[in-house]
Amino acid sequence: MSNGYHIVVCGSVVPDPLQTLEPIETPAGPALKNEMLLPAVLDPWAAHALYEAANLAAHAAGSKVWLVSLGARAKLRQVMMTIAQKVSFELVPIDGPASGFIDAHATAALLAEAIQSITGLDRSRLLLFGGWESASRGAGVTMQLIGERLGILDQFQGVDQLTMQPDGAFEILERIEGGRHQVSLCQGPPALFGWATGNLPEPRNNPQIGMANMRAIMPALQRAKTVAPAPDALRYRSASPPKQQRQTRIVKNLSAEEIAREIVAWIEKA
Amino acid sequence: MSTATRHKLEMLRTLPSDAARQIQWSFADRYELQMLVQSVRAVARGPVARLVAQGGRNTHEWTPAKAEMLEAFDQSGITAVFMDPEQGGFIAGPRNLALALVAFELAWVDGGAATASLAGCLALAPIHERGTPEQQDRYMKLAAPPQPGEDRKPWRGAFCLTEPIPYVGVDTGMLDGKIRIVEWKPGEEPILQVEKRGRFITNIGFANFVTAAVDSGDDRIKGSCMVILEEGDPGIFDRGTATKKMVHQLSSTGDPIFNLRVPASRIVGGYDIKDGVLVPRYSHSEVIEAVFRRTRVTVGVMTAAKLLSAVEPVIRYQRGRFRGAATATPGSVRYEMGLQAREDALHRLVDVWATGEASASLAFAAARAFDELDPLEREADRIIAERGVSGTRAKAKFLRQVSDEAASLLRLMPGDPRREKLQSDTLMRFVTLDSLADILCPAAKLWNTGWGAQMMREAVSLMGGYGITEDCPGFLGNKWMDAQLEATYEGPEAVQRRQLSVTMTNPVFLAQLRNWIREMRGIASERPGTGACTLATAMTMWLWTLERLQHSTDSDGGKLYQSARQGVTFPLADALCWLLAARCQILDVLELDRRGAQDSSVAEGLSGLVNFLTDLCHVQTARAGGEAARICAELVFGYNRHPAWDEEGYRGCYQQDELDALEGFVPGIAACATDVIAGDGSHPSKAGPCAKCNGAEQFLTLHSKLATCLTGSRLAKDRAAEAVSKLMIPEVLDYPA
Ligand SMILES: Cc1cc2nc3c(=O)[nH]c(=O)nc-3n(C[C@H](O)[C@H](O)[C@H](O)COP(=O)(O)OP(=O)(O)OC[C@H]3O[C@@H](n4cnc5c(N)ncnc54)[C@H](O)[C@@H]3O)c2cc1C
Repeated sequence: MSNGYHIVVCGSVVPDPLQTLEPIETPAGPALKNEMLLPAVLDPWAAHALYEAANLAAHAAGSKVWLVSLGARAKLRQVMMTIAQKVSFELVPIDGPASGFIDAHATAALLAEAIQSITGLDRSRLLLFGGWESASRGAGVTMQLIGERLGILDQFQGVDQLTMQPDGAFEILERIEGGRHQVSLCQGPPALFGWATGNLPEPRNNPQIGMANMRAIMPALQRAKTVAPAPDALRYRSASPPKQQRQTRIVKNLSAEEIAREIVAWIEKA
Repeated sequence: MSTATRHKLEMLRTLPSDAARQIQWSFADRYELQMLVQSVRAVARGPVARLVAQGGRNTHEWTPAKAEMLEAFDQSGITAVFMDPEQGGFIAGPRNLALALVAFELAWVDGGAATASLAGCLALAPIHERGTPEQQDRYMKLAAPPQPGEDRKPWRGAFCLTEPIPYVGVDTGMLDGKIRIVEWKPGEEPILQVEKRGRFITNIGFANFVTAAVDSGDDRIKGSCMVILEEGDPGIFDRGTATKKMVHQLSSTGDPIFNLRVPASRIVGGYDIKDGVLVPRYSHSEVIEAVFRRTRVTVGVMTAAKLLSAVEPVIRYQRGRFRGAATATPGSVRYEMGLQAREDALHRLVDVWATGEASASLAFAAARAFDELDPLEREADRIIAERGVSGTRAKAKFLRQVSDEAASLLRLMPGDPRREKLQSDTLMRFVTLDSLADILCPAAKLWNTGWGAQMMREAVSLMGGYGITEDCPGFLGNKWMDAQLEATYEGPEAVQRRQLSVTMTNPVFLAQLRNWIREMRGIASERPGTGACTLATAMTMWLWTLERLQHSTDSDGGKLYQSARQGVTFPLADALCWLLAARCQILDVLELDRRGAQDSSVAEGLSGLVNFLTDLCHVQTARAGGEAARICAELVFGYNRHPAWDEEGYRGCYQQDELDALEGFVPGIAACATDVIAGDGSHPSKAGPCAKCNGAEQFLTLHSKLATCLTGSRLAKDRAAEAVSKLMIPEVLDYPA
């Protein structure tokens, strides 16, 4: 592909997973306790998508990466101080709610609208990236909904690998049951990819990239449109953190052979 | 409604966020610094923490694992912070605050990692501050980390001043290192032989170049200088043996020996030839003064970071202390609060936290002052040169005149139009800020590290036996011991106290201090909860004491305030540091309150955070006031001889029969008299007649006023303690133990 791709990554912030995440009731519905005050990170699934996007762009001359984010401006700003140092991209921020209790339909509508308003975006070169689910709430539907709104029919979820073919097509590895991958071929853009973890490590910080990105990111954050949560969207009857599930037996004084025998039996049963 | 009332009921909800810290320490508008913080943090809490957790500190030698840490510094931008953008850096302009933030983040995990990074800057600093353009170009570029795609190993440097005993420490006299001219062909550059032995030199295990302090050993060279030595220079470049240090083991330290032949162009800042004599443009002490003035601030930051880093692990330890015991069932006080059900555990943690806040505020204020001072100093130099003033003495005289004027303008009432010159005139601004920097730097180095080491011990003790094990989360035991090095290198506490005892008598500084008293009273009227009033009273007392000591003698007629009388000047310097730190802490909290609402991620919990930090200010001002009062009282009265039961002492006492007679005229007088000599000549059983206040009535009024100023400070401590027992902390520490 001579002109490269236009890769739009959708991703927002989630609370740092080391924090205590405690659902509480507020007049506006459920929320996480002190969420605005807690440190945030880029949603890990979306982060994988972003690093894959940057890698793909680096191997296809003329490509460009956008990160479209719906989140509280102040939180987005803080997270950019890390993410902007990792890879080159242009931020398209929308200042609004991004917690796990927001309706995925409303989010998808806002993101689709933001993508459509990106100047110079060429649909015939468009690859829409995102996480196949989110660390704030694993509904896993937002990307599909954006794709539907933008009329992108080739959609892949749980993607771990995207390989360019000489003819411009892609080979895609999607996660399926049993730790295996489904291999598909896609003719080319426009297409949508909901990423699982991919194969790339987290790029290390490079302050030079950060400085270059920030020149555009800071004004974009200042200009970001502020949107209110959709009234009468979802209503929650209750919210609670997932229960820890442990299937553990505590057995003392078992010999190594006995442990090994048990493991083999368990594997054979599976 | 006053802000204080508005905030009344809100409690602290979480540990202070990055966004709040950015406002407090004045870098909310500087995204390059915010990015730097994140970058450094990733290295500190990633590879550095893993190295410490894996026992990387358990060897004195320089190891491949430690070397990898330097590569992580290079890759993440830490090394490049010191360079200008055209030299491979990414931050333009002064970088004192940037370096302070690097030190803060690294020392949050390990002091040795911070030292390893900062020692590279220290080696370059003489070149940065006083080097010729050619020297700056060469060494900055060599030391800059490679850009992506560039295949080059960056040069690392060491700074070599300290020599084997009996020669120089950081006190810059008595240099044994020597330079001589070994070859000087007509019209060509002289070639020098440099002999220098170092003691405790950081980075020496791998340094490619060294900036060394040496003295002339040759009639054809005038005075001392700093000279740059390179690894490949002809002669001996022996790194010596590794120092068996018990602290900062992630940095390399050793006692090197150099005997090298170098061109004279390696003299830092260059030289002139006058009457056949090579005259270095800067003596080694001139270079070192410019260097340490800045680098000592970052050392002060390190200890502050450690104190603040201790808060989260201590809270987690305290809360979880009894969980798992049969009697500590979920929901019980033992289970939910653990040791935090005990008042003392909370109060001591509040003290540690308050000290951390005050020391961070002091050191960051110093770093910002130097960021402002750097361009101002260059501009002032230009103006002075334009006015035809040259030579060290003439310059000093000229600046003294400017200082006199600045001091008199500073003494004018606020609002007086003549004060405007203090802002509009570059030289006025320079001498004002310079006098402040002269105080803030040694104060941050001295108080943060010295008192910080004490409080780090307190933090360790809050973890019980765990605190002094390698397993202690947050490496608190290491941090305690490490603090002692921070108090020592780049000049031990005595050196900082000596500097303060000179700079704190500068009339330009004293005029500012007087203005701060008014400033603190103003703040107190809006925010009584800060303890600013206590601080104002303590500052008044400190000034009174200084003036008294400057103009009085001890009971033998010996002058009190003079450089040889360190028993007078040093404690007074200590007292000042307490006051400075508390003031900076209050100002930072006010800044947070003023600007916090503009950031939605801070605004939400702002009231609770400001309330808590205000209470910490109150706790700290009470302590600072108490320390100042103790020191000042000792100095004001301690040099008077106590009256004895001798002839002279008796003269000031009542005789019992005299008192009995007086009782007839003035009923009740006998009950008031303390020193009464009985008819048989016996005296009350005590040291002597009570001492009189000898013209220190005003001091005593201030002293008792200060005592009553403490009203409410313990209530603030109780509130802060309650907040500490309730705030939400993360599930686990974000770096390994
Ligand atoms: C791990 C480590 C790394 C170091 N890195 C470097 C480096 O990279 N480069 C370098 O050049 N040096 C370095 N040093 C040396 C360090 O700067 C000195 O050790 C420090 O300045 C103190 O000097 P000293 O050890 O000679 O102590 P001394 O000067 O002997 O001081 C000992 C004590 O004597 C008293 N004292 C000294 N002078 C006075 C005075 N004027 N008035 C009153 N009391 C006084 C004080 O109580 C003082 O604490 C390092 C040291 C260590 C331990």
